[in-house]
Amino acid sequence: MEVDMLKKVPVREQDPMVRARNFDEVCLGYNQEEAMAESTRCLNCKKPKCVEGCPVHINIPAFIQGVKNGDFRHAYDVISESSSLPAVCGRVCPQETQCEERCIRGIKGEAVSIGKLERFTADWAKENGIKPAPAKEKNGHKIAVIGAGPSGLTCAGDLAKLGYDVTIFEALHKAGGVLAYGIPEFRLPKDKVVEKEVENVKSLGVKIETNVVIGKSVTVDELLGEEGFEAVFIGSGAGLPRFMNIPGETALGVFSANEYLTRNNLMKAYRDDYYTPIHRGKKVVVVGGGNVAMDAARTALRLGAEVHIVYRRSEEELPARREEVHHAKEEGIIFDLLTNPVEVIADEKTGWVKAIRCIRMELGEPDASGRRRPVEIPGSEFNMDCDTVIMSLGTSPNPLISSTTVGLDVNKRKCIIASEENGQTTKDGVFAGGDAVTGAATVILAMGAGKAAAKGIDQFIKSKYAG
Amino acid sequence: MYKILSADKLAANIYRMVVDAPMVAKHCQPGQFIIAKVDEVGERIPLTICDYDREKGTITIVFQPIGNSTRRMAELSTGDAFEDFVGPLGRPSDLIDTPIDELKKRSIVFIAGGVGTAPVYPQVKWLHEHGVTADVIIGAKNKDLVILEDEFKSVCNLYITTDDGSYQRKGMVTVCLQDLIEKEGKHYDWCVAIGPMIMMKFVCKMTKGYNIHTVVSMNPIMVDGTGMCGACRVMVGGEVKFACVDGPEFDGHLVDFDQAMQRNKMYQTEEGRAILKAQEGDTHHGGCGMCGGDK
Repeated sequence: MEVDMLKKVPVREQDPMVRARNFDEVCLGYNQEEAMAESTRCLNCKKPKCVEGCPVHINIPAFIQGVKNGDFRHAYDVISESSSLPAVCGRVCPQETQCEERCIRGIKGEAVSIGKLERFTADWAKENGIKPAPAKEKNGHKIAVIGAGPSGLTCAGDLAKLGYDVTIFEALHKAGGVLAYGIPEFRLPKDKVVEKEVENVKSLGVKIETNVVIGKSVTVDELLGEEGFEAVFIGSGAGLPRFMNIPGETALGVFSANEYLTRNNLMKAYRDDYYTPIHRGKKVVVVGGGNVAMDAARTALRLGAEVHIVYRRSEEELPARREEVHHAKEEGIIFDLLTNPVEVIADEKTGWVKAIRCIRMELGEPDASGRRRPVEIPGSEFNMDCDTVIMSLGTSPNPLISSTTVGLDVNKRKCIIASEENGQTTKDGVFAGGDAVTGAATVILAMGAGKAAAKGIDQFIKSKYAG
Repeated sequence: MYKILSADKLAANIYRMVVDAPMVAKHCQPGQFIIAKVDEVGERIPLTICDYDREKGTITIVFQPIGNSTRRMAELSTGDAFEDFVGPLGRPSDLIDTPIDELKKRSIVFIAGGVGTAPVYPQVKWLHEHGVTADVIIGAKNKDLVILEDEFKSVCNLYITTDDGSYQRKGMVTVCLQDLIEKEGKHYDWCVAIGPMIMMKFVCKMTKGYNIHTVVSMNPIMVDGTGMCGACRVMVGGEVKFACVDGPEFDGHLVDFDQAMQRNKMYQTEEGRAILKAQEGDTHHGGCGMCGGDK
């Protein structure tokens, strides 16, 4: 296979017109030949910048050398040292702002396709039945992990590898957190990838108890007390969906992206054999520009709708991964940028949304986030007809755990206060990480926090028994 | 799996099940609810808790099949199991956190309508166990649909009214409440109303006139029940509240019932279609005026 050193080996994808009508995975990934060809582009830098860009510090050049040499087992082992969910990260990490952004190849041409190589390696390991190795010896210390999402699974996996007796408590009926309820099948297959990754964590000896809502079914203080856990990690995720607080927002047909995606992904409403209903709109407006907005929009498209994304800033500021925006456009999602909703208009008789009133925006001076602030253009209001509105505006923290745990402090934004270095909260023996601490962020950052907390918990337990 | 230890019918279309769920039973309080899911393909259905036994580790649920998923639940019998059963969810009733002395000073009336009678029971029973006796009005369409009469009798002053007068008093619960106050010398300063949305709306209208503080329990559409999806939002005093984490109980005089009723119809079309599809198969081609046929 011939390789242009300035360009990534192209990855095969489902045709946009075909995939816009199904829920199968969009990106087909590299095969062995393509992966080995792409791996030759890695310069194997002495001081690899890419590793600095990775929140869990995977030894990227080392695993890529493994791929290059055809020693995929070695490649997988290298990744496994740092990541418990490589098949997930290879698919959903924003590589362009992390590892690949720092890649030296990227200065003159395109960065090495690190994400696709990670995915190839992880998928190869799955196909060949390779699992991470459990700890040789158990140390007998009981640790509770709250939430079976990216941070919880990572923290639990790392602790189990160190010999801890770990139980994950999950509020929903399925493990995976946002990987199960949030990210759609066409981006992250549930049976093939998410469940397999969860199985891998279980094979390390981690127990997962579903249907347990911490703060309701049992409290953190009870876990530390009568339930006999020596430390607790809170990775309970993002929380309550935000709305715009504009008139008409409680009209029928206005959903949070969380609800829309949960119905479709966790409850599998898109399949005829599942009972949970979902509203299949004809014309859907998604408000927001993040990954979740892209996911909601592309889901609505696959359910048969014409879909518009309404975002108040311009394309440059879209917070979504570039690949998602690119895919969304290819599939026919219409972007109405520099546009902001001011009112949801419902049909008086039925109460169903029939239009969304928007105002045009322009970019002014940079705001606190460094992005140019969108400013309304007076008198530019107009109505967009639609029968469904999906609000994708981020989330605010869920108070269930913080309000029921004595001594667990939250910050102004109601996020749990925890050390970035080791996850330690204001309560002894309680650690936290992921969206519950940072507010809505990415899978990989949550994994990084889970990893840091696993180290913190290990140190906490060791120092407890040192004296 | 959460085993069904007993299942019986309280009335023509009202089912009762005792479910083995020790963790829920250990922590639940009156006013809270659970979410049950029959199997892999089932919906997550929020249901109020009718009773609990902490020692035996059981939860009693009472429900009326209205959609496809509750119909599938009704088909389960003793020895079967729910695949998923999670709780307790929502905030406990405010009564639980009120000092007993204060509760004893209050004159409390509960108004229960239809299957809403079930979630009233644990509250009344709890009060009774703490030495507080409340008045309870149970309203039902007819004699056959009155449920839990014996259970209530032993823990409160019970008044039963039926729409058609086939049992005890005749008329809506509001008529009964009015009679108790106007004709029978009762005085109330606290009311808890749980039942169909339309009943709660009219009870609130009346109690507002009498200046009786009124608590209602909302049962909106829900998915996760932990605050994540926002499907259950209700307008309370002009603010958006999530019934699953802020409720399910709210100040009835502040709830926008008209909007809540409208929102509960959101999936009627989808649900209706699913039921009709199941019942009538390919023979249903519209004409019912509800489902849009095979459109």
